[in-house]
Amino acid sequence: MTGNSLIALLPLLILGGASVVVMVAIGIRRNHLLTLWLTLIGLALSFASLFVVAPYAPEQVTTLLVVDRYALFFMGLVIAATFAVVLLCYSYFTRHDTQPEELYVLLLVAALGSAVLVASSNFISFFLGLEILSVSLYALNAYHQTRREPLEAGIKYLILAASSAAFLLFGMALIYSQLGTMEFGEIGSRITALGGVGSPVLLAGTALIITGFGFKLALVPFHLWTPDIYEGAPAPVTAFVATVSKGAMFALLLRYFSGAASHHFGAVFAVFTIIAIASMIAGNFLAMMQDNVKRLLAYSSIAHMGYILVAFQAGGEVGTEAVTFYLTAYFITTLAAFGVITVLSTRQRDADALADYRGLFWRRPGLAAVFTAALLSLAGIPLTAGFVAKFYIVSAGASSAVWLLVFVLIISSVFGLYYYLRVVVAMASGIHEETAAPVSSLVPTLSASGGIVLAALTILLVWIGVYPTLLLRIIHTTLAGVL
Amino acid sequence: MILIWLIAILLVAGALAWLTGRWSKRAPRWISLVAVSADFVIALVLWSRFGAHVSLASHGPWMEQVNWSWVPQWGIHFHLAMDGLSLLLLLLSFFLGIISVLASWREIQDKVGFFHLNLMWILAGIAGVFLAVDLFLFYFAWELMLVPMFFLIAIWGHERRVYAAIKFFIFTQLSGLLMLVAILALYFIHHAQTGQYSFEYGDLLGTRLPVHTALLIMLGFFVAFAVKLPMFPFHPWLPDAHTEAPTAGSIILAGLLLKTGAYGLLRFVIPLFPGAAHRFAPIALVLAIVGIIYGAVLAFGQTDLKRLVAYTSVSHLGFVLLGIFTFNSWALDGALMGMIAHGISTGALFMICGQLQERTHTREVGRLGGLWSTAPRMGGVAMFFAMGSMGLPGLGDFVGEFLVLVGTYKAHMIGLTVAAAIGILLSTLYALRFIQSGFHGPNVNQWSVPDLVPREVVQVAPMIAILLWLGLYPQPIFNTFKPTREAIEKAIAPAPSPALSARVVSRLQLPRPPGVVARR
Repeated sequence: MTGNSLIALLPLLILGGASVVVMVAIGIRRNHLLTLWLTLIGLALSFASLFVVAPYAPEQVTTLLVVDRYALFFMGLVIAATFAVVLLCYSYFTRHDTQPEELYVLLLVAALGSAVLVASSNFISFFLGLEILSVSLYALNAYHQTRREPLEAGIKYLILAASSAAFLLFGMALIYSQLGTMEFGEIGSRITALGGVGSPVLLAGTALIITGFGFKLALVPFHLWTPDIYEGAPAPVTAFVATVSKGAMFALLLRYFSGAASHHFGAVFAVFTIIAIASMIAGNFLAMMQDNVKRLLAYSSIAHMGYILVAFQAGGEVGTEAVTFYLTAYFITTLAAFGVITVLSTRQRDADALADYRGLFWRRPGLAAVFTAALLSLAGIPLTAGFVAKFYIVSAGASSAVWLLVFVLIISSVFGLYYYLRVVVAMASGIHEETAAPVSSLVPTLSASGGIVLAALTILLVWIGVYPTLLLRIIHTTLAGVL
Repeated sequence: MILIWLIAILLVAGALAWLTGRWSKRAPRWISLVAVSADFVIALVLWSRFGAHVSLASHGPWMEQVNWSWVPQWGIHFHLAMDGLSLLLLLLSFFLGIISVLASWREIQDKVGFFHLNLMWILAGIAGVFLAVDLFLFYFAWELMLVPMFFLIAIWGHERRVYAAIKFFIFTQLSGLLMLVAILALYFIHHAQTGQYSFEYGDLLGTRLPVHTALLIMLGFFVAFAVKLPMFPFHPWLPDAHTEAPTAGSIILAGLLLKTGAYGLLRFVIPLFPGAAHRFAPIALVLAIVGIIYGAVLAFGQTDLKRLVAYTSVSHLGFVLLGIFTFNSWALDGALMGMIAHGISTGALFMICGQLQERTHTREVGRLGGLWSTAPRMGGVAMFFAMGSMGLPGLGDFVGEFLVLVGTYKAHMIGLTVAAAIGILLSTLYALRFIQSGFHGPNVNQWSVPDLVPREVVQVAPMIAILLWLGLYPQPIFNTFKPTREAIEKAIAPAPSPALSARVVSRLQLPRPPGVVARR
C-alpha cells in the first residue's frame, strides 16, 4: 500500500471517520442539531476530497478496490444523495419523539458501504460493501421504535437481503471454483480464454450472481419485497433505499459485467432481456392498481430499473453513458418525490394515501408543483431531467438496434403515464370545494431543511431537463475509456 | 431573435399570470390578453414585411431564424425558423389565442392565475411546434404542449374531465413516442451515412433511405400526426377531449392542436420521405374519405352540441388529409385553406356552445331549441358559422374544400372526389341540425337568455370578418404559402434517384399496397 493509495481512499476514510466522530459525539451529548451538522460536515468533506483524489485516478488500491473516475463519479452521487437524505431525515424526525441521532451514524455507514461497492473490483470488496450497506439498512428501515410497519419492513428486508447475499456468495464460490480468481478483470480474461460462459457450473454461478443483483435492484421476478419495504420504512429512508442502495448496485453491475465481459454471451444477454421486459411490464401494470403513493413509487421504481437495463443491454460507450445519466436523473427525481412525501408526513403517519394529495395544488402550491415536476420527470415529459434521460435510453437502444426492448419500453411507459397522471389529477382536483376544509389532516409546516432540499432538487431537475450539456460533458469525460 | 420573443412573451406572461392570480382575478386575464395580442401584432408585422413578396428566394428557405447550439454532444440545436406555412399558422394561433382568452373571461372563475399559466404555455408550445426545425426541439415542443392542455381539461373541464384528459394524454403520448423512435432511427441512419450527428431538418432532408426503412420511419411520424389530426381509426380521444374541455380548451384543441398534425405532415412526412409518402398515399387517401363520411354521420347523430361540433372536426380534417396526400398544388392550397378556415369556424362554433352553456347550463339538444327569439344576435352568428362549416360559397371553408376536390379530380381520382363530395352533402345535415336544435323550433323550455354582450360581439366580429375575407379574397394566403408549397411539390415530384429506383425495380415483385392507387 503506497501513499497514493491512501490518498485515493480519502473519501472512504473520511466517511468512516465521520461515522465514528458522530457516534462519539452522540455519546457525549445527545443533540439532534449538533449531530446533523457533524454529519453534514463529514459528508461535505468527503465530497470535497473527491476533487483532491481525482488527479490520482485511476489508482488500484490493493486488489480489492479501484478508485477510477467512474468510481469517483458514483461516490459523488452517493454522497450528494446521502446529503439530501440527511436533511430530509432532520425535517422528518424532529417531528417524532424517538431518539433520532443514531440514524445519522447508520446513514454514514450505509453511504460508506455504497462507496465501497462502486469502487470494488473484486468479489471480496463487493461482498464487504454490500454487507456494510445492508446491515445499516436493516436498522434504518426499522427506525421507528413506536410504529409497527417500519419494524415489519426492517425484518422483511433482513430476511430478503440475507437470502440474496447467500445467493451471491454461492455464485461467487462457483465462479471461483472454476476460474480460481475473484478479480473482475481477471474473471473476464479467463472466461474469454475459455471461450464463453460454457461450463454449466460457471453458468450457474453467473445466474446466482444475477439473482443477487436482481434482489437488490428489485427486478422482476425478485421484486416482491419492494412495495412492502417502500411502504413500511420511514419516507426519507425509503428515498435512500430507492436511490443510493440501488444506484450503487447498478454501478457495480455495470462494472462487473463489463469487466467480466460476460454479458455479451448469449445466455446471459437473453436472461437480462427477459428480466428487463418483465420488470418494465410488471412494474408499470402493478403500479396502476395502487392507491398508496409509496407503493406506487415502489412499482414505478421496478419499471425504471427495467428501463435502465435497456441501456445496459444496448452496451457500448453510449449505453454506459446512458445508464449513468439515467441514474443521475433518477436520483434527483426520486429524492424530490420522496422529499415531498417526507415533508408532508406527520407524527402519526407518512403521507402515503392518494387521498392525502387531493387538492394539494390549492393548499400547498409549491409542494404540489415540486411533486408534479418529479412525477412528470418519472414519466419522461419535457422540461424535466427524466425526459432527457429517457431520450438517452431510447437513443442508446436505437443505436444498438435492440428494438424489442425499445418498443416494450415505449408501450409500457405509456401505461405508466396513467398512474403518474392519477396522482397529478388528485393534486389538482377539488377546485370547486373551497379550501376552507382541507381534505386531509396532514398540514405540517415546511421545515427549512426540507424546503432547501426540495428547492435545490427542483432546480437541478429542471436545469438538467432544459440544458443537459454540462452533465453530459461531465459523464462523458468521466467514463471515457474507463469501462 | 424575434422568434424567441414570440415564445418568451407567452412563457413570461404565463408565469406572471400565475403570480398575480393570487391577488386578483382580473390581472391574469389582462396580462394574457396583452401578451397574446403583442404576439399577434408581431406576427402581423412579420407578415407585412415578408408576406407581400411572392418570391422569397433572396431570404433562402426561411424568412427569419434563430440558431443556437443547445446540446452539442448530440448535435442538437435550438433552431427556430419561419417560412410562409409557419407564419400563417402562427397568425392563426395568436388570433385564436386572443379569442380563447376572451372566451374564458367570465367562464373561468376558479384558479384564474393557474388557468392562464396553462393557456399561455399551450400557446407557447404550439408556437414552438410551428417554428422548430431541429427535430429534437420539435419533439420537445410537441410533448410540452400536452401537459398544460392536460391540466386545462382535467381541472376546468366538464363532468367527465379526468377520463377525457387522461385519454387525450395517453393517445398523444404513445404516438409521440413512436415518432421519437422514428426520429432517432433517422438520426442514426443519417450518422451512418455522413458521420455527423444532427437533428437538423435541413441535414436530414438529404438522407437516403432504403424503401422499406423509409416506409417504417415514415409511419412512425405519420402515426403521431394522424392521432393529432385526427385520422379515422386514431380519433377516439377527440370527441371526449373536445367535449369535456372548457371553451378555451376546445377552441385551442380544434383550432390549433389538430393543425399541428396537418403541419407535421406537410413539414416533415412529405419532404423527408417523399417516396414512402407516395407508396403510402392510397391508404391515407382512403382513410381520409372514411374520416370525412364517418365524422359527418356521427356528428349528425350526436345529442350533445359540443360533441356534434367535435365530430365535424373529424370530417373537416379528413378533407385536409385528402388534400395533403393528393400532392398537387390545388389540393395543397385547399388543405392549407381548410386548416385555417376550420380553425376559425369551428373555434367559433365551440365558442357559441360555451356561451350557450354559460347561459342555459346545458348542451343537450333535447333541452335547447327556440333560442332565436330570445337571443337573435347569437342565433345569427351561430347560423353564419354553421354555414361556414357546411361549406357555403363565399366563406373560407368552401374555398378549402372546393380546391381539395379540384385537386383530387385533377389527380384522376374521380371515385375519391365523388365520395368526398358526398361528405360535403352530409355536412349540410349536421350544420342544419346544429341550428335547428339550438335556435329554431318552439321554445319549449321557455328559455329567456341574455343576447350577446359587447365583449362577445368583439370576439365574434373579427372571426366573421376573417372568414368572409378568406372566402372572398384568399389570394394573400396562397401567396404566402406558395414558396413552401412549391418546395413540397418539388420534394414529391422528381422521379426517385437512380440508386433508389434500382432498388424499387429489384423489389417490383412485391405486392402493391391495397386500396386505390394514385395515378399521376
